[in-house]
Amino acid sequence: MSNDITIKKGLNINLVGEAEKTTENAIVSNFYTIRPEDFHGITPKLIAKEGTQVKAGETLFYNKDVEGMKFVSPVSGEVVEVVRGARRRIMAIKIQADKSQTAVDHGAFDVAKADAESIKAHLLASGCWVFIKQRPYDVIANPAKTPKAIFISGYASAPLAADYDYVLQGKEAEMQAAIDALGKLTEGPVHVSVGKHSNSPLAGLNGITLHKVSGPHPSGNVGTQINKIDPVNKGETVWTINPQDLVVIGELLLTGKFNPERVVAMVGSEVKSPRYFKTKIGSEVSTMVYDNGIEKDANARIISGNVLTGKHIKPDGALDYYSNTITVIPEGDDYDLFGWNKPIFNKISTSRALTFSWLNPKKKYDLNTNTNGEHRAFVVTGSYEEVFPLDIYPMQLLKACMYKDLDEMEALGMYEVAPEDFALTEFVCVSKQPHQKIIREGLDIMIKEIG
Amino acid sequence: MSLKNNLHKLKEKYNGTKMAPLFNGFHTFLYTPNEITHGGTHIKAADDLKRTMNTVIMALVPCLIFGMFNAGYQHHLALGDIQAANGFFGATFWSWDNLVVGLWKVLPLVIVSYGVGLAIEFLFAVIKGHEIEEGYLVTGMLVPLIVPIDLPLWMLAVAVAFGVVIGKEVFGGTGMNILNPALTIRAFLFFAYPTWMSGDKVWVHGAVERAQEIAGGANVDAISGETVLGSLAQGHEASYSVADMFFGMIPGSVGETSTLLILLGGLFLIFTKIGSWRIMLSSVVGALVMGLIFNGVVDAGWISESSKFYGLMSTEFWHHLLIGGFAFGAVFMATDPVTASQTNKGKWIYGFLIGFISILIRVFNPAYPEGVMLAILLMNVFAPTIDHYVVQGNVKKRMKRLKAKTA
Repeated sequence: MSNDITIKKGLNINLVGEAEKTTENAIVSNFYTIRPEDFHGITPKLIAKEGTQVKAGETLFYNKDVEGMKFVSPVSGEVVEVVRGARRRIMAIKIQADKSQTAVDHGAFDVAKADAESIKAHLLASGCWVFIKQRPYDVIANPAKTPKAIFISGYASAPLAADYDYVLQGKEAEMQAAIDALGKLTEGPVHVSVGKHSNSPLAGLNGITLHKVSGPHPSGNVGTQINKIDPVNKGETVWTINPQDLVVIGELLLTGKFNPERVVAMVGSEVKSPRYFKTKIGSEVSTMVYDNGIEKDANARIISGNVLTGKHIKPDGALDYYSNTITVIPEGDDYDLFGWNKPIFNKISTSRALTFSWLNPKKKYDLNTNTNGEHRAFVVTGSYEEVFPLDIYPMQLLKACMYKDLDEMEALGMYEVAPEDFALTEFVCVSKQPHQKIIREGLDIMIKEIG
Repeated sequence: MSLKNNLHKLKEKYNGTKMAPLFNGFHTFLYTPNEITHGGTHIKAADDLKRTMNTVIMALVPCLIFGMFNAGYQHHLALGDIQAANGFFGATFWSWDNLVVGLWKVLPLVIVSYGVGLAIEFLFAVIKGHEIEEGYLVTGMLVPLIVPIDLPLWMLAVAVAFGVVIGKEVFGGTGMNILNPALTIRAFLFFAYPTWMSGDKVWVHGAVERAQEIAGGANVDAISGETVLGSLAQGHEASYSVADMFFGMIPGSVGETSTLLILLGGLFLIFTKIGSWRIMLSSVVGALVMGLIFNGVVDAGWISESSKFYGLMSTEFWHHLLIGGFAFGAVFMATDPVTASQTNKGKWIYGFLIGFISILIRVFNPAYPEGVMLAILLMNVFAPTIDHYVVQGNVKKRMKRLKAKTA
């Protein structure tokens, strides 16, 4: 069964530095860092204090609200540092890896014979549950709720994103195991989408509803696909999972071990030869970045994730829990003489106000982190709608979040969105408003007030 | 040390002081700031608000230049110094003499408009400690183009002060206002100083002066400076050809006369995606529909020729687009994104009603035969209501989906 989803509204941001399709093993990282802030809304309760020896897959901390939900170490080694911020909040847990790796063995899990409760318990205890996110609110899924459907987007349309067709090659068995398990956790279908002209390994899986997606970004965003396939209504829940995390879940089910290995695309105009690396969640980006042409003192921004939704990390930072892309682009902390009125040829724009990116939509740009203007009140209208394919009024929803009107947020479709759905509107915003932050804060208020 | 570095040091020095917004206002005029993204998207599109506003100003410049020539042309023509120009490129129109009069009369209007308006903007920015927003850049250019040429400068200054403070700043500044600031300024002038804003003596430079001389006993001919609309409202035949009206060689507010250049400006705004084509197109449609209705009333014989509405009602429906301030209003004023409808569907309704009501007021208001200003201000007030119902449509769809699921 195949259903086509065609997106018309959107914008492809073509950047310099796309990854070549070759993979090499990254230098093995000595230190691994897990940052609780990757798991939005979770209050961590630390188990592995400084000095503790942990195995790969052993619990570092658990969710204070759902005690069964464990967060595990990607490697075996010693917890050398627990970095705390204001009010003793845990900012990061740093693990020094052992030379020889050992892992917790949960034993192979027979999905066919298991029921939903035992699958849930297994995923929660093994640290794989954290890969399952839910809408509404775009947080780790609440295991007490049964989703009406599960959505997996195997099509990456974000700028310079890792190509799922490539990174998932040869992982069919693991993904099938994960799909089989997840299929038992929902009453509805497991929707999997792939690019229209792709040969994705996802397409051949059993027990899924396949969708073929085409059109500009954000056609690959799972939020866009949910909106087109089966939008979230009040009171309903859907789950979303990244395909590369299906592999981790599948491997756990098949082998009983938590293997956080991941093929990561190293991209961006600052990277000398952009390509793929095999590495692990939490490993230091310096293991990949400096061998690849980036100077130690380069004025570059290293992003764990893509340029629209990723996290800004320092050169000593680590790959975050959900990303499979590291992007390095130049910082833009320089002035531009008459930047507001001269003709612009080297930047992307959706208008034609002496900006000329419309002449050549296929051209690849080398964009930096300059905001190209200052923060202003909302003035221009109609520009967000051009890049926002969801059946939602984006500006009205943003404003509702800003004045914190819960009823209006609910009525305008807040249950359906995640911050990443507003990444493109933030990119084109003439007033340089922080859309993703506004939406995130709006969602947080809703969690607090409505739950 | 380069200018860039020196300015950067000054910026650091002013940072956090009361004068920071003022300095940043000038600094960002020269240089796009060195600001980088924090959180959210790491890259941003090239457009900012300054570029958007600047594009509108570029679209207005042809109207301004034409307005200057026309000011001189109407003056000299009324005095009988020159012959009527033959077509758009007529030599008696694009003459040095005309431009000198235009510069002499129009530039002070521009300077006063920007001077007073920006001074107030800067003052509010310093008091409230926010950055100077670019909204007034366009307003300041619009205002001189929509007033009569001989308007005393002090009146303009008072009106601008009123419009900026009451029309915009009290609501919270650029982006927060309900009424179009430029039209608020014009409406203030219109109701405070009606004798300077309407009638047949204000549209041509020198007409008022000449009338005063005559009243004082001088033996000279009066200058008649009636607009096309004015004479039609009086029931007279229009004394200008359609070509004159389209090219704009007629009396009127400084920049509103040339439908040709307004059309070009409008096309530029649509091409650059800065102006809303939905509003422009639907307001033209609205005006044509109302014009057709009135033509129909005349054709059906429901109105006698002696009626005071007959002159404008019998005007061919498409002539309404060429005369008065309709074209200028539809292209440059109705499309102000802050005060217009914000939803795409709403823009169709909003624009259509502006066109429709403009012509309605134009025909039925005998005292002041122009309806665009009032129509746009009226629709500014209704724009949030239109948006509300459009958005409710989306909300209802969501509710229905929920009901279908739970039923």
